[in-house]
Amino acid sequence: MNISRQLVNPMLWSGGPVPGEFYEFPRICRKTESDPLKHTLYPSTSGTSVVGFTYKDGVMIAADTKGSYGSLSRFMDIDRLFKATDQAVLACGGDIADYQFIKDVIEQKVRDDECAGSMKVLDAGSLHCWLTRVLYNRRTRFDPLWLDCVVAGFKAGKPFLGFVNKIGMAYEADEIASGFGVHFSLPMIRDARDKKSELTKEEARKLMRECMKILYYRDCKAHHKYQIADITAEGVKIDVCDFKKETNWDVAFYGN
Amino acid sequence: MKAFIGKFRNQYDNDVTVWSPQGRLHQVEYAMEAVKQGSATVGIKSKTHAVIVALKRASSELAAHQKKIIPIDTHIAISISGLTADARVLSRFMRTECLNERFSHNRPLSLNELMWRVGAKMQSATQGYDKRPYGVGLLLAGYDEDGPHIYQTCPSANFYDCKAMAIGARSQSSRTYLERHLDEFVDASRDEIIRHCLRALRDTLPNDIELTSKNCSMAVVGKCDPLKLYDDDAIAPFLEGLDQEERRGGGGRADTAATSAEAAEGAPGSATQPEETQGERMDTD
Repeated sequence: MNISRQLVNPMLWSGGPVPGEFYEFPRICRKTESDPLKHTLYPSTSGTSVVGFTYKDGVMIAADTKGSYGSLSRFMDIDRLFKATDQAVLACGGDIADYQFIKDVIEQKVRDDECAGSMKVLDAGSLHCWLTRVLYNRRTRFDPLWLDCVVAGFKAGKPFLGFVNKIGMAYEADEIASGFGVHFSLPMIRDARDKKSELTKEEARKLMRECMKILYYRDCKAHHKYQIADITAEGVKIDVCDFKKETNWDVAFYGN
Repeated sequence: MKAFIGKFRNQYDNDVTVWSPQGRLHQVEYAMEAVKQGSATVGIKSKTHAVIVALKRASSELAAHQKKIIPIDTHIAISISGLTADARVLSRFMRTECLNERFSHNRPLSLNELMWRVGAKMQSATQGYDKRPYGVGLLLAGYDEDGPHIYQTCPSANFYDCKAMAIGARSQSSRTYLERHLDEFVDASRDEIIRHCLRALRDTLPNDIELTSKNCSMAVVGKCDPLKLYDDDAIAPFLEGLDQEERRGGGGRADTAATSAEAAEGAPGSATQPEETQGERMDTD
């Protein structure tokens, strides 16, 4: 190639193709093989804890509405919880974009089922299993969906609560939390269960509020506004709650 | 078969995708004939159970009886009539679909869903110049959250949700039995529905042949009753006393009833040749 370059007079043939090569058009952006594949290595906008537990009539699950950008409180009114079907609710901690992606996929899946005339609705057990497969598959491709998923609902007529994380690790339990909820909320729920094994709806709601409040006090990325889904045999009810006015920060000024 | 009727050759049956001027697809209709050459099989459902029974044939004295019932999953079985090789392709497809549903959603595949998928697969074979229809008819017995089901499929890719159905050689006499006793099936017990199935199957046999544990197999599935297959010694208790019972359809008359009814349906070829000789020419069971 050096020889052919020397043969061409640069004045007569400027910008033209070197013999044996192709003309290099301007502004062509050619992807070279040395470009790295870009995978999620860390989440950007993220949500914090999710808390869920079963009670007498069904399952309750809650997630606050904040989207944090690192330690910056970036978004205050974000959905991290949605109703997939009458028998299944999904709530996620971790990357908000990945949550919104998987939400779109699930909603389309439910529509496809309906359009195909399927008698069977996607229940919580099936959704949990499906999520396990999807998340494990993504992590195997070294491109995980950066999520802590909690699936709540009903499976074969019985309350169901299941967890899946970004590497596909999955389990079912009567109380599940992700993030800081593991350290703060699970002991509270277990304490309440020790005192009374079957919680009523009112007790469950009160306990959930208390869990979210403690998380708000302790977790910098938590928020006072939260979505709460109550799944019973009758269906799914999602409310938005706020306890900002109930909080007391006097202790923060202790000693000053 | 139909291609050489009289001295005129049928111009419109060389390709599955070519219509005849009468608006028929002859290749598809020929494939429907393959089902009638397989030995008979009967399916009935009650409120709680679905049962299929099938008559097995042996190609010679030296050969074993050909398998007719194929389990698909713990809640579905099929019985086949027609080309066994095609049935194996379809049964493998169904098994794969059931396994995939269990893997991805941790639940048994619903019968309705399975039928739509099988139907789509079979239809695509009737719409390509490089394809041929599946030459097999199936009866599916299954139980899902909607209760028990009996489905029938055809090479034309139609499928039917049935209360009771019989397909295969001389199956018209079975259908006559099923129509006569249709009202009794809904509330029948497991044993009663099995008895009805076996009686209906026996009506396809000539007078001098009886159902035996060798030539008969059965699959039962129902509420809290996972799929169970009965063959050989296992089916013998169900056959007890069956040969003492009076035949309802009447073996000899049933044969003529079958051919006349099939001719009335407009099926080509069925009335022109005896079924027994056809059965020997092709690999049908």
